[in-house]
Amino acid sequence: MVDKSCVGAEGTPFEMAVEAGKIHEFARAVGAEHKDHKGRNPVIPPTFLTTQFFWEERVEGANPWHLVQMSQERGMHAEQEYIFFGPPPRAGTRLYCSSRIEKVTEKEGRRGGTLVFVKMITEFRDEAGELVAEAHMTGVEATQVPT
Amino acid sequence: MILPDPKTVGPISRTDIVRYQGASGDFNPVHHDEEFARTAGLPAPLGVGMLHAGMMTAWATDHFGPERVRLVGVRWKKPVWPGDTLVISGEVVDENHEQFTIAIRAVNQDDVLVAEGWTTFVT
Repeated sequence: MVDKSCVGAEGTPFEMAVEAGKIHEFARAVGAEHKDHKGRNPVIPPTFLTTQFFWEERVEGANPWHLVQMSQERGMHAEQEYIFFGPPPRAGTRLYCSSRIEKVTEKEGRRGGTLVFVKMITEFRDEAGELVAEAHMTGVEATQVPT
Repeated sequence: MILPDPKTVGPISRTDIVRYQGASGDFNPVHHDEEFARTAGLPAPLGVGMLHAGMMTAWATDHFGPERVRLVGVRWKKPVWPGDTLVISGEVVDENHEQFTIAIRAVNQDDVLVAEGWTTFVT
């Protein structure tokens, strides 16, 4: 069950290397065939930033989502957004990242019970500290329908 | 703004799911482990939402170019199962001299909306 005190929790900063081979692998997996995803200096497919978790899970305390304690059975990924503040990064870029739990909101479900939404924001910055992208991940947990 | 033709993807195979999980790093067993999925009360391993999110995004970025994208989003509506075939299509919902936004839909073989997305490109 969602621990609402997770709001505001910030993860330890982590780094993510944007690598050509990983971009090729990811582009193939989602069927992204644009020529700019190929070659030595490919640009990422936008949802490639989900590979942040490869990097985030290696750093102790980097992923604050663990503090949310969303139920595995009643929780799911509801919505995902990626915002780019310029062209998406290319291979060779090193991203400096940090995740935080932005908010927890509740809504009445259509079939009774309550839906609890949790949003985590991850910032991706370049070596100069400029914001390159943000990931907004929203998970939802349904409480038991009242009998 | 002229959009690409609707794209049919699938049937989505277990191999497609495993390939995506390896590429993305999301190793949640609910998407590939039959026994785990059944224990969780599902009839079969569940499709990966981020896989069809990636396919929906690629439909737009393959046409307009991934360098021009500034926003992508997806909201999942219904589950996708291995064997499902999805049709991805969209419409321009906002357009000015600087950017345009496309609303993207993915429907399954029963014409059920499984996910809706949005993508903004700079002109």
